[in-house]
Amino acid sequence: MATGFFNWISQSAAVTLYNLRTIPERRGAALAAAVGIAGVVVVLVGVLSIAEGFHRAMTVAGSPAVALVLRSGSDSEMTSGLTHDQTRLIADAPGVARNDGGALASAELFVIINLPKRSTGTDANVPLRGVSPTAFDVRGNVTLLAGRRFAPGRNEVVVGAGAARQFAGLEVGRTIRVGQNDWAVVGIFAADGGVAESEIWTDAAVLQPAYHRQDTYQAVYVRLTAPDAFPAFSAALTTNPQLSVKVVRQSDYYAEQSTTLTAFIRTIGVAVAGLMALGALFGALNTMYSAVAARTREIATLRALGFGAGPVVCSVLLESLALALIGGAAGAALAYGAFDGFQTSTINWQTFSQVAFAFKVSLPLLVQAIGWAAAIGLAGGIFPALHAARIPIAAALRET
Amino acid sequence: MSTPNGPLIEIQDVEKIYRRGAEEIHVLSGLNLTVARGEFLALMGPSGSGKSTLLNLLGGLDRPDRGTVTVEGKRIDQLSDRQLAAWRARHVGLVFQFYNLLPAMTAERNVELPLLLTDLSRRERRQHVATALAIVGLAHRTRHYPGQLSGGEQQRVGIARAIVTDPTLLLCDEPTGDLDRKSGDEILGLLQALNREQGKTILMVTHDPHASARASRTVHLDKGQLSADPPA
Repeated sequence: MATGFFNWISQSAAVTLYNLRTIPERRGAALAAAVGIAGVVVVLVGVLSIAEGFHRAMTVAGSPAVALVLRSGSDSEMTSGLTHDQTRLIADAPGVARNDGGALASAELFVIINLPKRSTGTDANVPLRGVSPTAFDVRGNVTLLAGRRFAPGRNEVVVGAGAARQFAGLEVGRTIRVGQNDWAVVGIFAADGGVAESEIWTDAAVLQPAYHRQDTYQAVYVRLTAPDAFPAFSAALTTNPQLSVKVVRQSDYYAEQSTTLTAFIRTIGVAVAGLMALGALFGALNTMYSAVAARTREIATLRALGFGAGPVVCSVLLESLALALIGGAAGAALAYGAFDGFQTSTINWQTFSQVAFAFKVSLPLLVQAIGWAAAIGLAGGIFPALHAARIPIAAALRET
Repeated sequence: MSTPNGPLIEIQDVEKIYRRGAEEIHVLSGLNLTVARGEFLALMGPSGSGKSTLLNLLGGLDRPDRGTVTVEGKRIDQLSDRQLAAWRARHVGLVFQFYNLLPAMTAERNVELPLLLTDLSRRERRQHVATALAIVGLAHRTRHYPGQLSGGEQQRVGIARAIVTDPTLLLCDEPTGDLDRKSGDEILGLLQALNREQGKTILMVTHDPHASARASRTVHLDKGQLSADPPA
């Protein structure tokens, strides 16, 4: 039994190696099939890397030790509202981390301003966030790349690195028009590539009067003493009769915001790549049918010598798989080179504002795309392989 | 079982019918043939007389519609496709008119092909290949591809491939049909030597009386029937 199995393997290997060696004779058709499959992989990886990059931007910087408090019933900061007194109660709740300056809680408000995109010159929505001075310590991952923090009480802003890349006029030293006044850009900050990098920050106390918000806020961001302090913190706020709020972890909040758009982009990507895969499948079928046709006499000779039908089927499948994997690998390399890190921005439908992000060609994505390529190769090889195994030996031996 | 001196091949009442639509073509009808071990038998006949069909039946490449084909005491007409493939690999060496070498393989790799179906080690395979190529006089052309060899040399590689497993039976389908007279003569001389010196039983289909003259016996096939003498 074992001998028979090894014999079968060695037969398959011999025929497969022979087939692969004859590919240069059929390079036109082989190339067409490989290119078709590479195209599928490029499109699949390209589109899914958008979803991956957006999802990553929305979730990468979300810390489980940071909680977000919104008015009960609101889906996002846009629809939330909290009074000054409520924000004080929230800052005093158990589980909130403290430093020398007091509770690490930042009461924030959130407005949308229009700025021209660098790429198109057209205006797009950019989130302008009014934060407390503690916001930098609450987030914990905000670092200045250039300039300085805004000075409390002044019309100054710091700009996230993603926003600075995507929108014109956000260099340090420039001014932007917000409401009735010009505001100076005094710094550029990074936030681990997270969604905060798409925002512009200023002092909440200055933003409130500029937008006639009186003393109201939309959310409170707090740093917890530890991630597992969240349940107690949440319970303390939601059971407090003076408050009607909902409490979410920052990581969950952004993940939730990204799901709709991410799912949408993934669906589009899979649909487009699926249609292309169908085309590539016919390309592979055509290539393998012609490969088998070109080798009819050789296959018959091998069968006449005593090679079994199984190894012939196996060899055609493996050849098709090899072509598909070559195409898939080329497509994956191309997609990685073309898309990984490509900077862009899109609208976050939960906040109606732009999120800057980079396309992300991740390893799982490449593995998924190579898996598609392999599936196309095997599907495109199966019928030609069965056809090869059914070639009538005696007649095919005499083909010239 | 046949004894070493008994007939190697016994064909009894074999009938082979090809169907083309509603039409039935009786290629072989009630055919009987016995071939002794060590014989060099030439099978002659006009085109369409069923020579190749008979060779295919003997090589286990096809099955009769009726009758029995027994080789070395084994009814090969009753074997399954898989059993036939294994039987061919062990007992039959095939030589083709157009050589049927695999063009992307060197001479020695072509000759090695049937040995891949055996349990021989790589080293043993190489030894067998070298011996077979030496027998056909091509020890110096082992690394050449078929395209780099003359027709006669390609047929020698084909013969080396047929004998490398030391089969019981060599079946040759017009082995000189694609060669000039000189190369053809060399191939026939080689087959004769294999018959006389190595004791190979050979069945050779040919059109060529010059080729059949080299065989120890000639039978004629016409309209599916055998005769010892050429039809008038």
